[in-house]
Amino acid sequence: MTLETQTFTITRADLVRYAEASGDHNPIHQDEAVAASVGLPGVIAHGMYTMALAAGAVSSWFPGAEVVSFGCKFTNPVVVPAEGGVDIEVAGEIKSTEDGLTTVALTVTCNGQKVLGMPKAVLRA
Amino acid sequence: MPVDQSLVGRTFPPTPPHEVTVAKVREFVAATAGAYAEGAAPPTYPIVLAFDAMNAFLEAESVDLFRIVHGEQKFAYERPVVPGDVLTATLTVTSLRQIAGNDIIGTSSEITDDSGALVCTTSATLVHRGAAS
Repeated sequence: MTLETQTFTITRADLVRYAEASGDHNPIHQDEAVAASVGLPGVIAHGMYTMALAAGAVSSWFPGAEVVSFGCKFTNPVVVPAEGGVDIEVAGEIKSTEDGLTTVALTVTCNGQKVLGMPKAVLRA
Repeated sequence: MPVDQSLVGRTFPPTPPHEVTVAKVREFVAATAGAYAEGAAPPTYPIVLAFDAMNAFLEAESVDLFRIVHGEQKFAYERPVVPGDVLTATLTVTSLRQIAGNDIIGTSSEITDDSGALVCTTSATLVHRGAAS
């Protein structure tokens, strides 16, 4: 079963707010020069920010469900421009429901490219 | 400089206790495009503790945070995290590989409550980008 795709816009201001809330002040998420110095294509979103948005989509699909596990790889950076923002899309599909556990496979893309590898959530609904 | 291979298997001291409050959960949820009413913290909330543990590990090993990119993250829950929990994270380095001049550091952090019970295990792969030579 396919779930309704959710779109989120990420701005530099979002990254500042996420850094404060999470404690992750890595300058590659704020500073163009530092990001370039380690070979990144620009200021990138915290992988954990993208993952948190994906978790938000899951909770909107399954309000109140207990999350048993949640994981992903960070396969491509989400580059966030200094002005405006960048959109990510979170799509989801129910893969299985057994023993009271629902497995949801996600697809998270930015500009048509997957940014998370094998994002998967297991829920006790 | 490559990260020291002898790190594998080493467990670092537990992080200082983190009290989960409604205000902290609300701030985290608000910063991740959500709205928090009540109940369990969102599934990635324990990254706050895991990140503390990772920072302590990086500082202990003199690794620059700006050279670290996240490779992979998993959370496996024993129970949801709720306001009122007092949690600590204990990080163990589980693997270390070198690929294309980068160190790939595998870590696992056990998040326990103040009774010592395991709440969540978070595993993270950190990519330490080597200096350009």
